[in-house]
Amino acid sequence: MSNQGVNKGRRNLLIGATSAVGAVGVIGAAVPFVRSWAPSAKAQSAGAPVEQEYSKLEVGQQITVEWRGKPVWIIRRDKKMLSSITKSEEFVADPASEAEQQPEYCKNEYRSVDPEIFVAIGICTHLGCSPKLFADPGSLENEWLGGFYCPCHGSKFDLAGRVYSGVPANANLEVPPYIIDTASKTIIVGEDGGA
Amino acid sequence: MLKSFMTWLDARFPATKVWNEHLAEYYAPKNFNFWYFFGSLALLVLVNQLLTGIWLTMFYSPSEPFASVEYIMRDVDMGWIIRYLHSTGASAFFVVVYLHMFRGIIYGSYKKPRELVWIFGMIIFVLLMAEAFMGYLLPWGQMSFWGAQVIVNLFSTIPVVGGDLVEWIRGDFTLSLATLNRFFALHVVAVPLALVAMVFLHIVALHKVGSNNPDGVEIKEKKDENGIPLDGIPFHPYYTVKDIVGVVVFLMIFLAIVFFAPDFGGYFLERPNFEPANPLKTPAHIAPVWYFTPFYTMLRAVPDPFGGFLVMAAAIVILFLLPWLDRQKVKSIRYRGLSFKLLLAVFVIAFVILGVLGVIPVTEFTKWLGRICTVYYFFFFVALWFLPKFEKTKPVPERVTDK
Repeated sequence: MSNQGVNKGRRNLLIGATSAVGAVGVIGAAVPFVRSWAPSAKAQSAGAPVEQEYSKLEVGQQITVEWRGKPVWIIRRDKKMLSSITKSEEFVADPASEAEQQPEYCKNEYRSVDPEIFVAIGICTHLGCSPKLFADPGSLENEWLGGFYCPCHGSKFDLAGRVYSGVPANANLEVPPYIIDTASKTIIVGEDGGA
Repeated sequence: MLKSFMTWLDARFPATKVWNEHLAEYYAPKNFNFWYFFGSLALLVLVNQLLTGIWLTMFYSPSEPFASVEYIMRDVDMGWIIRYLHSTGASAFFVVVYLHMFRGIIYGSYKKPRELVWIFGMIIFVLLMAEAFMGYLLPWGQMSFWGAQVIVNLFSTIPVVGGDLVEWIRGDFTLSLATLNRFFALHVVAVPLALVAMVFLHIVALHKVGSNNPDGVEIKEKKDENGIPLDGIPFHPYYTVKDIVGVVVFLMIFLAIVFFAPDFGGYFLERPNFEPANPLKTPAHIAPVWYFTPFYTMLRAVPDPFGGFLVMAAAIVILFLLPWLDRQKVKSIRYRGLSFKLLLAVFVIAFVILGVLGVIPVTEFTKWLGRICTVYYFFFFVALWFLPKFEKTKPVPERVTDK
């Protein structure tokens, strides 16, 4: 390449401009590759709301429904279980549910629409394992008030899914958006009418 | 006949030139010992993984992953041996790579002028971890699923973008076959391509600067009248023959595992993985495969998940910086001070403890032990930086010693 009689400024400008346009082209060309990784239309339709009838749910019983491939628990809590939530208040990290782990209408003491019915995503907020229900006081260890225990890394949650202080998980169990249709005794998980 | 063919070929392709530069006239130090087997063994395992991997893709189907692995094991003629060669090969890869890296540390092989050899090697190590992680999802067993769940969810701990990022990685609202399919593509095409390319660069960089040796002496500084290092011997035939001995011993051990203990007591193939993936049922105890356990313990040592993620990432990143953190000019452990030997011995112990802790359930004691070892892991690298001030090194000989 001859460098005689070269307008260096113009050459640099052309190199710069070509590189910049080329870079924009590369970014543009990357878009379909990156976008193709997003959840497909098929995955999105599989993520539609699920309905669960709860009239036959016994007191203290837990059922699990699948929503978007995640286990969603529905538990009917009795007076005793609800009172344990009041007792665990002092041991949990986020008693007032300040972290956005629930829809606005579940940001209350029992973290539910109806205190009796608890709906939560059964996935540990530490690293995604599924905690197990130890409902009765003393069922896990002597001072246990009742709650959930994650076998993977030992995280503990109370019966409102609030995480105990000093365990690996640091957020309450997530409460999915849901509505309770009291007329038909059904819970619709994944839908809340945009509330 | 052959001679005239070679003349014809060499006029068109640098066949003899490459052969000489990298084998017949590539002079390696004459004092290589046991530790120098693992580089060529890593290459052997890579070839094993590529070959068995290509064959496995002929029978594996990402749309029915668990069933197609059973099909390979039960119905494909000799399919079981191909799969066990591949699964045992994954563990063998990490065994030889960890030993290969340890060799680099004891003989200071990452030091000037071999920094890039180490960097390329570290990139290979990271690619290997990605390759192993994605490969482990493919059988779609319980441990495949939940192990991947834990690791993919690590990205959700990243503030602000975490949630969307994880959804993008998974391609679904949960870990699903959509995720498996992309992992499959990366595992069989993208990462192996990158691995082979990096191995090529690793060797090109090595052959530019020449191999280090157990004495840490630069053999290129003492050459005879023909410009051949006095302490060098041609790689071929001397080291190709020596490496064959290593290959034979390695294959005896490797094939004994393939034939008699392919799951290696649940450490190479974990038992929950013989059960199909079930997103609604977490196994009671999730442990990664053994080669990830030291880093997994570091992840668990930190109470905050994002903090744990950062510590784990830092544990890898700091290894990249080793050539600049270790400021001691003396390369080989043979001539380094007692302080270095102790520091390194405890580092090895801490790393092994971290590995053991990663497969057993957490108790209060193991939690703290894990934290202490994690702190020591990082302390080691910091100490290397300051060590030259206190270290009493021995004089380095002019030429390699040959007992």
